[in-house]
Amino acid sequence: MAQEAQKEKSMVLQKEMVEGLFDALSKVSETGKKVCYTFVPGNLSELIRTFDMLPVYPEINALQSAMRKKSASYIKEAEKHAHSEDVCTYVKCDVGMLMKGNIGPTGQKLPEPDILLLSYTGCFTFMKWFETLKREYPNAKVIMLHTPYQENAKMTPEMVQYMAKQLRDEVIPVMEEVSGVKYDENKLKKILGYSKEAGDWIAKIFDTTKHKPSPIDAYFAGVYYIGPINIGFRGTPEAVEYYKELYSEIMQRVEKGLGPITPEGEMKEEKYRLVVEGPPNWTNFREFWKLFYDMGAVIVASSYTKVGGVYDMGWRHDASRPLETLAEYCMNCYTNLNLPQRIELLSKCIKDYKADGYITNSIKSCNSFSAGQLAMMREIEDRMEVPVGFIESDLVDPRYFSYSNIKNRLESYFQMLGQRKMMENQEV
Amino acid sequence: MKKYYLGIDLGSTTSKAVIVNENDEIVGRGITNTRANYKVAADIAREEAIYDARFTLLQRKVGAEMIDKPEFKKYLKDLRNVFQYGQFKRRMDSLEKTLRSTVLAFTYDNKEAIIKALNSIIESIRPQIHNGFINENLGSKNQFFRDIVSERYNAEVEKYPAEFYEPLLLAFDKSITPTENEMVQYNFKELIYESMKILDEKYKGLADEQEDGSKEDWYYAELNAIKNNYKTVEHTLRQHITDIADEDIHIAKMVGTGYGRALLPFPEDCIKSEILCHAFGAHAVFPNTRTVLDIGGQDTKAIQVDRHGLVTSFHMNDRCAAGCGRYLGYIADEFGLSLNELGPEANKASKETTICSTCTVFAGAEVKELLHNGEERPNILAGLHKAIVQRAMSLIARSGGVKNEFTFTGGVARNEAVLKYVKQMVRGSYGEVTMNIHTDSIFMGALGGAMFARRNINADLPVQEKATNETL
Repeated sequence: MAQEAQKEKSMVLQKEMVEGLFDALSKVSETGKKVCYTFVPGNLSELIRTFDMLPVYPEINALQSAMRKKSASYIKEAEKHAHSEDVCTYVKCDVGMLMKGNIGPTGQKLPEPDILLLSYTGCFTFMKWFETLKREYPNAKVIMLHTPYQENAKMTPEMVQYMAKQLRDEVIPVMEEVSGVKYDENKLKKILGYSKEAGDWIAKIFDTTKHKPSPIDAYFAGVYYIGPINIGFRGTPEAVEYYKELYSEIMQRVEKGLGPITPEGEMKEEKYRLVVEGPPNWTNFREFWKLFYDMGAVIVASSYTKVGGVYDMGWRHDASRPLETLAEYCMNCYTNLNLPQRIELLSKCIKDYKADGYITNSIKSCNSFSAGQLAMMREIEDRMEVPVGFIESDLVDPRYFSYSNIKNRLESYFQMLGQRKMMENQEV
Repeated sequence: MKKYYLGIDLGSTTSKAVIVNENDEIVGRGITNTRANYKVAADIAREEAIYDARFTLLQRKVGAEMIDKPEFKKYLKDLRNVFQYGQFKRRMDSLEKTLRSTVLAFTYDNKEAIIKALNSIIESIRPQIHNGFINENLGSKNQFFRDIVSERYNAEVEKYPAEFYEPLLLAFDKSITPTENEMVQYNFKELIYESMKILDEKYKGLADEQEDGSKEDWYYAELNAIKNNYKTVEHTLRQHITDIADEDIHIAKMVGTGYGRALLPFPEDCIKSEILCHAFGAHAVFPNTRTVLDIGGQDTKAIQVDRHGLVTSFHMNDRCAAGCGRYLGYIADEFGLSLNELGPEANKASKETTICSTCTVFAGAEVKELLHNGEERPNILAGLHKAIVQRAMSLIARSGGVKNEFTFTGGVARNEAVLKYVKQMVRGSYGEVTMNIHTDSIFMGALGGAMFARRNINADLPVQEKATNETL
């Protein structure tokens, strides 16, 4: 029972955070708080918070809509307004939601943006997305922050200065103007201190998969764990408390030798440990997850849980260099890494967490993730000598989730892993 | 008791069964068209494989020395054809019954005339089919019941005035599906004795045939030998045939695979992915295989295997059927050709017309446009075949390319134009590699399944110790 109560505590904390945010968003007309729409990769939560503004993440709303089975009608609405079939379905889901009254995941209406802050330019679609939103919200101020790609696998001092300058000269003045709040560097530093702490806990949490059985699923449950930092709570004491609590719950599972919790209860037997590349499908999230846990497969690491920050390689927010650290954070998001860096990161995951295999979920909608996925898979297959698998689905368009096709591929893949394991055992 | 192992590959177009013995040798194979009732398709394929196994065992029993004699060769070949006729006839009887009752329920004004027409069609088809099996080689043409009957039925219907078309074709459509979806029970012993009787009659009345050079020498050699010796052959074989008919073909274990595998009434631990089965089967026949390309009815798979025949990686299409067997079927319909005619027709091409459409349905429209513009039929067909292979090549590239040796399997491997382009493009992209294509490529999945059954490899699910030898 004690464990049940513990388990609920982190979930309760998360629920409180999310509800609090949407509640605050629904009351901006009374409170006068300003609203900043922005994206998860390279998100500047700390800066938004410094100016007492509230963040809205259109991608998060889109995936929430998909999980609530509303994305199909939103996408249809956007397509009715001439958005092509090939446009990213996050965009169409968001645009459709807007056209149907902009009701958020909690059933409350979302406020209009005062600022449209493009925090990451690595995804070209993001730029087009906000251009579309700009037409819908002509009064919103637009900030386009340019993020240099890590072409040579590093963030040079010049790149950092280039971005810090943009923050200083272009982002902060607009935020001051819109919010009416003066930039307070000490406040930002304090917030960044919490961000660093949250980063430490997150790294520890995702490192618990080194245990056998893994106490968590780092993909299907992992996407819930990164919720707080991806919806604007990074840099808050609440987030630190949440992660601390989550970590202690997970460690209790480790001590008891328990595997991950699935929607159908505890996973019985851990047969395969996998690393997954690419975002999950949201429209059929439960079904998708079930295909894995039914076969005894647990995800020990995933690239997707690193979209809101890569903490594996030791990078943390540094409060002593506030703008520079924000610049680094933006450039260090997963999709801004070059392909060799991503391969390095995923290979490390395979090695550290003793993965049996590597699976790519190729997303029809997502250029940021899809480019280079196949080349990475081949390289990882050669380098790590693990069986690789390739499945295809989409983010939030249910028309592109074919259950039987995915099941067929996964079944074949797991049988292949099973054979491989048996052969290895025989050779031993 | 000897043990046998069964693999069933329930594909989207055809269902295949293979039986292997304890040495992984194929003793029986069966194939039928997949139909709405999967269980019936699987049952028929299995029954066919068991009959085939009995014939194989008969040949072994008779012995190599005797089997090579022309009169024995001829007798066993004919026996096989007549046996098939016996099976065919039972199903035909059922179809005739269904046809008659279907037409009886019609409300057309000219119902009486339709019934009369139907009866006379049945009367004229019957001897055609009888003759096809008994005196010609219809049995060895790899045609399914539905194809054989519909071809002749349609030809007969065309002889009637237009007002008969609709009711007669409707009657056939309404009757063939239920007939195909019911299981017709045969008794092997009964059927084989009946076949021997028919053969006896046939040989008794065998007329002399002039050697006019239209047929190969062995044909006349066999004919003459059987004419003079059929009584002796019959006598020699009778006991062997009885023994084989009485032998219990004990299926110790089985594995189901293929696109419809989840629907097979097999225990869960007897179901295996077709990717693993195709690779294992292909590797068993060609042990140096490292890359397998399988083009089936509605999917194409590029598979990499290791030296044990185990899959290391694979890629498959599952978004679109363009580039698969069904695409060829559709194209054949567009041109009014049968599937078997497609390849040879394409190979008459002087060049390959570029086909831009990546969609099966759109390709149909493109073909019409090209024909309208005066493009030669073989050239268009060649372009279509090439397009299929190009798609397969892209899958191969995604799966890691071609490694030596390369084995091509699946129903589409029977198409000679596809084969030509596969060879051309594999060599073009990967240089000289050994390429294996087996005449029985279509059975590779079922073979792999049977071999897995023998090994009882349960990769994913706990081994159930209880025997899985209950019948389907």
